[in-house]
Amino acid sequence: MGSRASTLLREEEIEEIKKETGFSHSQITRLYSRFTSLDKGENGTLREDQVNFRGFMRTLAHFRPVEDNEKNKNPPTTEPLNSRTNKLLFAFRLYDLDRDDKISRDELLQVLRMMVGVNISDEQLGSIADRTIQEADQNGDNCISFQEFMKVLEKVDVEQKMSIRFLH
Amino acid sequence: HSEFGAPGVASARSAAEEAAGPGEAEEDGAEHHHHHGGGFRVVQWEWNYVQTPYIIAIWLLVASVAKILFHFSQRFTTVVPESCMLILLGLVLGGIVLIANKKQLYQLDPALFFLFLLPTIVGDAGYFMPARLFFDNLGAILTYAVVGTLWNAFCTGFCLYAAKLLGIIGHHVQADLMDFLLFGALISAVDPVAVLAVFEEVHVNETLFIIVFGESLLNDAVTVVLYKVYISFVEVGGANVLTADYFKGVASFLIVSIGGTLVGLVFAVILGFVTRFTKKVRIIEPLFVFLLVYLAYLTAELFSLSAILSMTFCGIGANKYVEANISQKSRTTIKYTMKNLASIAETIIFIFLGISAVDKSKWAWDTGLVSCTLVFIFVFRAMGVVGQTWVLNRFRLVPLDKIDQVVMSYGGLRGAVAFALVVLLDGEQVKAKDYFVATTIVVVFFTVMFQGLTIKPLVKWLKVPRATNRKPTINEEIHERAFDHILTAVEDIAGLQGYHHWRDKWEQFDRNYLSKLLLRKSVYRKSELWEAYQKINIRDAISVIDQVGPSKKSIYLSIYISKKNFHLTLFATVLLVCSRRENGSGVCLDLQVIDNVPGSKVVEDMETHHVLAGNLYKPRKRSHYSRHFMPLGEKERQDREVFQRNMRIRMETYKSSRHKRHKKERTAPSSPPTEDSHLPWKGGVGLPPPCVSVEATKIIPVDLQQAWNQSISSLESVSSPPASTEPVHPRVSALSRLGGPRPASYTAPSTTVSSTTSIGAPAPQSSFCFPEKKKKKMQEEEEEEEEPGASQEMQPLMLPVRPPGLLPPPSPPLPPPGPGRRRNPCVYLRSLVAAPPPASGDLHSRRPTQL
Repeated sequence: MGSRASTLLREEEIEEIKKETGFSHSQITRLYSRFTSLDKGENGTLREDQVNFRGFMRTLAHFRPVEDNEKNKNPPTTEPLNSRTNKLLFAFRLYDLDRDDKISRDELLQVLRMMVGVNISDEQLGSIADRTIQEADQNGDNCISFQEFMKVLEKVDVEQKMSIRFLH
Repeated sequence: HSEFGAPGVASARSAAEEAAGPGEAEEDGAEHHHHHGGGFRVVQWEWNYVQTPYIIAIWLLVASVAKILFHFSQRFTTVVPESCMLILLGLVLGGIVLIANKKQLYQLDPALFFLFLLPTIVGDAGYFMPARLFFDNLGAILTYAVVGTLWNAFCTGFCLYAAKLLGIIGHHVQADLMDFLLFGALISAVDPVAVLAVFEEVHVNETLFIIVFGESLLNDAVTVVLYKVYISFVEVGGANVLTADYFKGVASFLIVSIGGTLVGLVFAVILGFVTRFTKKVRIIEPLFVFLLVYLAYLTAELFSLSAILSMTFCGIGANKYVEANISQKSRTTIKYTMKNLASIAETIIFIFLGISAVDKSKWAWDTGLVSCTLVFIFVFRAMGVVGQTWVLNRFRLVPLDKIDQVVMSYGGLRGAVAFALVVLLDGEQVKAKDYFVATTIVVVFFTVMFQGLTIKPLVKWLKVPRATNRKPTINEEIHERAFDHILTAVEDIAGLQGYHHWRDKWEQFDRNYLSKLLLRKSVYRKSELWEAYQKINIRDAISVIDQVGPSKKSIYLSIYISKKNFHLTLFATVLLVCSRRENGSGVCLDLQVIDNVPGSKVVEDMETHHVLAGNLYKPRKRSHYSRHFMPLGEKERQDREVFQRNMRIRMETYKSSRHKRHKKERTAPSSPPTEDSHLPWKGGVGLPPPCVSVEATKIIPVDLQQAWNQSISSLESVSSPPASTEPVHPRVSALSRLGGPRPASYTAPSTTVSSTTSIGAPAPQSSFCFPEKKKKKMQEEEEEEEEPGASQEMQPLMLPVRPPGLLPPPSPPLPPPGPGRRRNPCVYLRSLVAAPPPASGDLHSRRPTQL
């Protein structure tokens, strides 16, 4: 598995991915083998959604634990993918299905319905959604923008709750 | 303190006792007439009879009065932690007793400590332990508890022995390696009582707290094993220890810790199971909790397993199920009783520590030993923490930084457990016992007093992140759950079987098996998210009611009186009262009350909340662990603003949603998704149907619907709060759009409302008779009848709205929500009122919804 993976993935690519995402070499190779095992069709992408390996890594990079020693060594030019803001942005985009940079009530309802199962009726869900929007909404447009989303989660320990441990 | 002289009387503390003495001695003198043979004594001195409970009661009284006195000086209490003051008080009292009697009468008895005082504190801590936080940091906690304690114990023991060999410790301390290892073992454990007492006043952030506190609880297993192992080694003699014994020691550790945990979990399951069936015996629910948690402790002690571990895990395990099963009153009782008992136990422990210190006969001083011990425990603690943190940080998501490490090493307090263990030593086997006792006393005093005093300034100076006392918001609840799901998915994608993977598996197991076994049927079906939402709503409602002020009492009264017809009368009265207070909040409160009106359970809750909000606790506090109250502040005002804003917005987008078919469908949870698609309120913002527990079957939604309408119109007429007029407008205009007869039927009740100024509004006065339970079935059937008609009318309006189950097309499929949605309730009501089938005509007359 290891040898197959490394032949398909060139060193330069690994370096690029490393720079972009911050994963280590061994992590990248391991994730590549995972990617290939998911990619049954062997066309270098996952499913019809056309996620190639770079995209895969970029997505996963959001979940790396936040490292603040990066700041000391060399301040990155662009914000690293796993910063708090980017993590929240990722979550925000999961809610915001139509990509209009706002979470509308409907989108929220869809997500809630997926999370909750059948025990709650639609009305109840609706009222939860209402209250959620009203708690967060500050400019009165009945949608949650990304700024409002960040503000409402400012006390939540996102660095811990949106990170997983990737084995070295 | 004037009466110490009486030699035959064993108490010598307060004059009050003397005064009280004769007063209570009126026992049946007939039984005890052996004092003076012959004459009948009217009043006798029955000291021997009441001695033990009397002394205990006096102790408790003295301790509690001392606490009151401490809090007189505000400045004093913020600087000096309570534990310090209690120890000082103990010193003073001990001194008095000593002077009085030339010998110490009272001392911390280890049996008393381990059987009664420690379980109360540990039980309280374990039951209210924040489980999620605990398990998130379990790796760190276990590392510090096991590895850290072992490191401390061995290093301290060996170094003390080395010190003895070097001569720093005097020769009169007759102890060899085994003795020092034993002493090292008992002095190195971080003490839960002391940690709680000190950290409670400091309020560091929750991660730090849970790590130190969790460590102090879990290191009990290590301490117990080391203690027992070394005691047996000491008995056998240092030279006779076989290597097999060392292995037995390791095995013993595993057995003690795992066994203790299992015992605790078994009792947790029993407790959860028992509380499932306590519906008819609500009053003794707390008793089950106390008994089973205590039995978990005692059973572990019975098998010489780790009792603290057992009790902790029993509490953690059972908490979720018990809290869901029992009534609100029981919850409150348990919380307060446990905190009460724990506070008393802590007070007694510290006072006894002070008293025991004064008893010179029990200890012997050796400077070398004392100073070496102090230095060593501090140094080794720091080294241990640094070393382990370095290792842990390679695995942790959020690393522990230097400041955290400083606080952790400084917070490694020793306390009463060490003292009790050292007193328990057998003086014959351990010749140096007295020296050890003295050293332990000094160590405990030093950590609790000196470190306790200085930790607050240290925390401030280091700018340690403090605990945020944040009010729970529904956003946080939802998004945290979403994060959990997301992370589980990502772990799955990345092929890792990480923490979230196992958490998810546990949650599934819990949902499918455990909860079915341990939760009541009615509770099992409720969703956690909905419960959390309800709690938040109730908190908001109460916070607004709180601020309404003197009318609070009247609300409470009216709720109490009108329990039968509680729904409408409840919100009507609250409405009336509040609408007179403040324009905005009147309306807000009404809506909120409707949200929460559902079942008798919730009203019961609200009653309890009112009483308690006024007197005892503020529900909006999220206290992860605190026995002290905190002053109200800016947050309340902001809560209220948010709340009012919420309500105002909701009023503006008010729509129907009183169809309660899903109530019946509670028994067939699979049906709602399909059947609900007919209902017109799909996709619209709806007022939630009152949440119903199967026990409460009193909701008649349609009535609330009409009552709601009437209340709206009544609001206009009664006080016309500016905030509510415009939201009400669309409704009123919609009403008028639909035709003439409607407004008439609605203005009539409003005049009734305006004339109804008295707050009690019980049944006789308003002709409102809320339909009783027996009528419900009929009404539901009628509801069914009406629904198809209504839904047919409304179907064309609502067709474009997709049921929420569908994902893309992502473009929001809603038609302009305003007019369509607002029409629905009117349309529905019209079908009810204006052109009713004969059945519903009767229905209407039977349900006059006048206020």
